[in-house]
Amino acid sequence: MRRPSARKRWSWRSQAFRGLLWQVVAVLLVGFAVWFLAHNTLENMRARGIQSGFDFLKGPAGFDIGESLIPYDALDPYWKAFLVGILNTLRVAIIGIGVATLFGTLLGIGRFSANAIVRGLCYAYTETFRNVPILLQLLFWYLVFTEVLPPVAEPVSVGPFLLSKAGFSFPWWVEGRWSVPAPGAFSMEGGASATPEFMAVLMGLVFYTSAFIGEIVRAGIAAVPKGQVEAASALGLPRGLQVRKVILPQALRVIIPPLTSQYLNITKNSSLAVAIGYPDVVSIANTSLNNTGRAVECISIIMLVYLVTSLSTALFMNWYNKRVAIQER
Amino acid sequence: MKKKSWIRKNLFANAWSSLATIVFAVLVVAYLPGLLNWMVVQAVFGPNVDACQAARGTGACWGVIAEKWRLIVFGRYPHLEQWRPALATVLLLGLLFASCVRKFWTLWLVPAWIVVWVVFFWLMHGGLGLSVVPTDQWGGLPLTIMLSTIAIAGAFPLSIFVALGRRSKLPAIRTLCTVYIELVRGVPLVSILFMASFLFPLFMPVGKSPDVLIRVIVGLILFWAAYLAETVRGGLQAIPKGQLEAAASVGLGYWQTQRKVVLPQALAIVVPAVVNTFIAIFKDTSLVTIVSLYELTGALSIALNSDANWRPFKIEGYLFIAALYFTFCFAMSRYSLWVEKQVHHG
Repeated sequence: MRRPSARKRWSWRSQAFRGLLWQVVAVLLVGFAVWFLAHNTLENMRARGIQSGFDFLKGPAGFDIGESLIPYDALDPYWKAFLVGILNTLRVAIIGIGVATLFGTLLGIGRFSANAIVRGLCYAYTETFRNVPILLQLLFWYLVFTEVLPPVAEPVSVGPFLLSKAGFSFPWWVEGRWSVPAPGAFSMEGGASATPEFMAVLMGLVFYTSAFIGEIVRAGIAAVPKGQVEAASALGLPRGLQVRKVILPQALRVIIPPLTSQYLNITKNSSLAVAIGYPDVVSIANTSLNNTGRAVECISIIMLVYLVTSLSTALFMNWYNKRVAIQER
Repeated sequence: MKKKSWIRKNLFANAWSSLATIVFAVLVVAYLPGLLNWMVVQAVFGPNVDACQAARGTGACWGVIAEKWRLIVFGRYPHLEQWRPALATVLLLGLLFASCVRKFWTLWLVPAWIVVWVVFFWLMHGGLGLSVVPTDQWGGLPLTIMLSTIAIAGAFPLSIFVALGRRSKLPAIRTLCTVYIELVRGVPLVSILFMASFLFPLFMPVGKSPDVLIRVIVGLILFWAAYLAETVRGGLQAIPKGQLEAAASVGLGYWQTQRKVVLPQALAIVVPAVVNTFIAIFKDTSLVTIVSLYELTGALSIALNSDANWRPFKIEGYLFIAALYFTFCFAMSRYSLWVEKQVHHG
């Protein structure tokens, strides 16, 4: 290739020159926008006398938190309140991912059932739950727990599992033995209970996301060519082995990437907990924001927490995806 | 005879299938009468509080919708002026439907949309002979439809540029677009709405903060543009390199290549995925209620929380707006199937 002459390189006709110019303009524009926003923010903060900085994290939070995985009380500092919130977010997201994957897989497989009723029910479930906003579903479940379910004294029971206004109670390993919950005067005694807030967020996330996961699993299974199953039958593999050795390994390759984004969605959608008062990181940040007025800091913390969780989930799932991908030799 | 073989094949093919059919039949016999009883037979359909209270626990109170539908559908918009949002929404929906029909896919749609938007905002906001209604009183279905349409109309064109930017050969532009997409997709919509609500006023010159509705719209557009950009990028990547080389060999420049060769093919490929994102945008406008804009979901809360008589029947209210959302979303997903067929035939 002939090198363009110096004069040509610096003319409008040179693609390289125009490219350079575009980039300089773009960087300058973005730089100016950032400077403009930062400048205005500082001006506004000075005008309104807003203090800034993350030093408030060391001061006492002064508010109670409904549920916590670690010991916490109102005298503890803000950073500990945020830690409680982060743990609560992770707890509901991780349990939600587990249950939604299980449910969604069953739904996806159900779409291939030999039984027309099972097929129809799985389809109806998918279409119903993915076409109603998750916030609405969350509020709905919260209302079911707080208004429709019976009071603590007379819970709905399915075996040792109890549902009431106190939430969902189940047997749990306490002090070296299984403890079964029973209605007490004001709360459930024995076993372990999940609060109505936690249950509402969890159910909202699971019902909504499993509809999407079901669709992903269905598409993944449908992507395995029919000849593969026929070949497996011709070899005399029983149905269970066909699924395990032939269908799943091929379907997983199609399923994993969109499944990853559903896992990320569960984590991000758990932020809707703020609407019903489950103390996740967004609720804690919202309360802290109202108490201290440090909007920039509190919102940065929310974004940072989610960015870190999103990025690490994506990294893990990419690693797993590489493992199940076709090994080309 | 045919029917019989269908039943055998689909309901009683093997032991498991028969078991499922029988279990389902038992469940229907056990629970369906109770459910129908609650939904229809014992239900109260008129706006009658006493009848509703009497039927509590045994029958649904659909009367709550008959009584409160104006508050649920229009939010806090002044009662006497509610014909304005109603007319504005009908106009907007009418044009939306018209835009979905192939016969109307002409250039006339552009001026039609401009006119309808102007009329929409005039009706909603007032002025020129109509009394002014400030934006904090807008609410309900008109707000839901307005927010989702504007978010789609704003985010989609922006997303095309961002997607092109992410695949650009210019490193600075590519980096900027990638960072923007990944940052936005890494955080929840709630945090963007908090930003629009709390931080945006700090970002603007002292004392010059726009209305919260505008701030939220800007937030929604910037948020969804990142998601749509990734969808569009999927289509861009599917275009074979030979197409670009062919465009270059007939002497098309970058923008000409994108506009005449790449985008028409890429966008056709991603129609289903784009409509799925549109559905998500529509559903997620419900989140603006967290920053105190009372669209459909929020309007239901204002309608019922303040009235102790009707408050116990909020479940019926939720079912009602869930049905509204479902209708819109299901229609959109069916429409996307149709468009997909059109695109592949053409």
